[in-house]
Amino acid sequence: MAVSSETVALLLGAEGNPFARRLRGATRAVRSIGRRPLGAFGLVTIAFVVLMALLGGALAPQNPLSTASFDFAHRMQGPSGAHWLGTDESGRDLLSQFLLGARVSLIVGLAAGIASAVIGSVVGICAGYFGGWVDRALTFLDDWFLVIPFVPFAVLMAALLQDDARRIPGGRTGIIVLVLAITGWAGTTRIVRAQVLSLREREFVERARSQGASHFWIMRRHILPNVMPIVWANSVLIVALSVLGEAGLSYFGLGDPDSFSWGTVLYNGFQAGAINQGAWWYVLPPGAAITLFVLAFFAVGQVIEDAAGPRARAR
Amino acid sequence: MSDPVLRVDDLHVGYSIGGADVEIVSGVSFELQRGEALGLAGESGCGKTTTALAILQLLDPFLRRLSGTIDLTTENGVVHIHRRTERGMRDLRWAEISLVFQGALNALDPVQRISRQIGDAIRLHDPEADRAAVRERVRELLERVGISPERARQYPHEFSGGMRQRVMIALALACDPEVIIADEPTTALDVMTQAQVLALLEELRRDLGLALLLITHDLAVIAETCERVAVMYAGRIVETGPTATVFAVPQHPYTQRLLGAFPQVGTERALPPAIPGSPPDPADPPSGCRFHPRCHLAREACSHGEMALRPVGDDHESACLFAPLQQTAVGGGVR
Repeated sequence: MAVSSETVALLLGAEGNPFARRLRGATRAVRSIGRRPLGAFGLVTIAFVVLMALLGGALAPQNPLSTASFDFAHRMQGPSGAHWLGTDESGRDLLSQFLLGARVSLIVGLAAGIASAVIGSVVGICAGYFGGWVDRALTFLDDWFLVIPFVPFAVLMAALLQDDARRIPGGRTGIIVLVLAITGWAGTTRIVRAQVLSLREREFVERARSQGASHFWIMRRHILPNVMPIVWANSVLIVALSVLGEAGLSYFGLGDPDSFSWGTVLYNGFQAGAINQGAWWYVLPPGAAITLFVLAFFAVGQVIEDAAGPRARAR
Repeated sequence: MSDPVLRVDDLHVGYSIGGADVEIVSGVSFELQRGEALGLAGESGCGKTTTALAILQLLDPFLRRLSGTIDLTTENGVVHIHRRTERGMRDLRWAEISLVFQGALNALDPVQRISRQIGDAIRLHDPEADRAAVRERVRELLERVGISPERARQYPHEFSGGMRQRVMIALALACDPEVIIADEPTTALDVMTQAQVLALLEELRRDLGLALLLITHDLAVIAETCERVAVMYAGRIVETGPTATVFAVPQHPYTQRLLGAFPQVGTERALPPAIPGSPPDPADPPSGCRFHPRCHLAREACSHGEMALRPVGDDHESACLFAPLQQTAVGGGVR
């Protein structure tokens, strides 16, 4: 990370600017992750994918959806000077599809990850803080979502929602985000609840109550900030799992046929019989990209957990 | 001069188990005068903290106030705390009565700057307060308790134990309360720091006209700060009076024993005599005087009837049947 936190603060102006302060804190956090080799690998890979997502549209040699891209004379051809990553069954450039795919994979992963983290934290905090029957009901729900088998449930749900694609923001991509969010929050809830159970007995919570604070105030001001480190560590993993889940659902043909994600490219390759024909250039790049991207998130998650978890201090 | 700001009358606190009530606090009454420091003394488990929490309605869910009244005199007249709902208590807490907790490290949120924690106390009771005013007030409060306002943006772990307790006190002052309840405010501190914190409390009380209810097991702390003392044993007040009088001529055998339990510096190295026996089981308290099974003066009469506090001197009351007592040395002393 070449940019120092001081430079960032300077660029943003005054020392007292709360936004600048916040950004400085964030820069510091990112830099401390980058200091560990594992974290550096993760951050560089993620940064690379983010860049691809941002610039993919501009960098892609052709738009795979335009009719001009179809070139049936050059179907299923290996990498060449004209097509660095070869062509698909319709003669379209695979590099373009690969570059465009980063955006969908990243957006779906982030959206589903954030949604899971938000649902998971809210449910976990409510269950742990209120206890009693609220806890029992929410924990029951949580257990239920933890044990349902992901693949059949997600496939079934995505399939059933296909007809409503037009009414859901984001169309079929939106459906995938929804399905991943609904199946992804339960793990976060479990961890957050466990943490809140011990937090709510801490004396500063009683002090806040003796100050006349409401339950909502205590949850927002004291419980949430104290569980944020584990929420962060966990969300990073959920983003990774969502990227994987998106690829999986797309591979089952549940993705948006009009947009390209790494998962849909894999699906198309499978449909076109790329594996039988030995067309490695069709499936290898998106497959490797997904693997690396997911590994990068796991690496960052591991570093955050090491820094925030009590196990690290014990060592 | 009787101007009670807080009056607790016949307070009973306990829990029910199998249809039977177990009382932790049984029939505590006291008055806290405006600007006065009252020490509530007693050993662990005698109901001191429970009494304090009952006053703020902050009891653990399984405990409840069984009977008794708690009246607080505010600028807007007398408030009957025992009739307030949880929501109604919120306006009262901190604005009228605030707490200084025992362990300041645990009572401060580790992930919030102290400026924000103190500011929150202000904002909770004055949601319209603008940022600059809150910041100014926080600086003022920190200065008041002897912390440099430059440290406002630090986190609790950056302060030493004594400094943290000062932060707690600044926090307690945030809303200009009438009454401060300090629950073992100095227990976790070393003796030097303890003295500084007590001196600060004393100074604030004089300057701001606060009423202080100091809860502690440490009689030396009460001797230093409080004008009056109430000694609790097994959920009851057994003796109350001006600190100097109670410590000089204790009129209850328990108080005598408690005062005798202090080792004296400079005398031969021996532990002072302990009080024989152990505190009674609250589920099955002894009849009559609750101290009689452990008392060196106990007679047959001690195990019957109710032992009410009765006057034994000027503003001095004792619940012992035989008061006034002959002053015999039972051990060391707190002088």
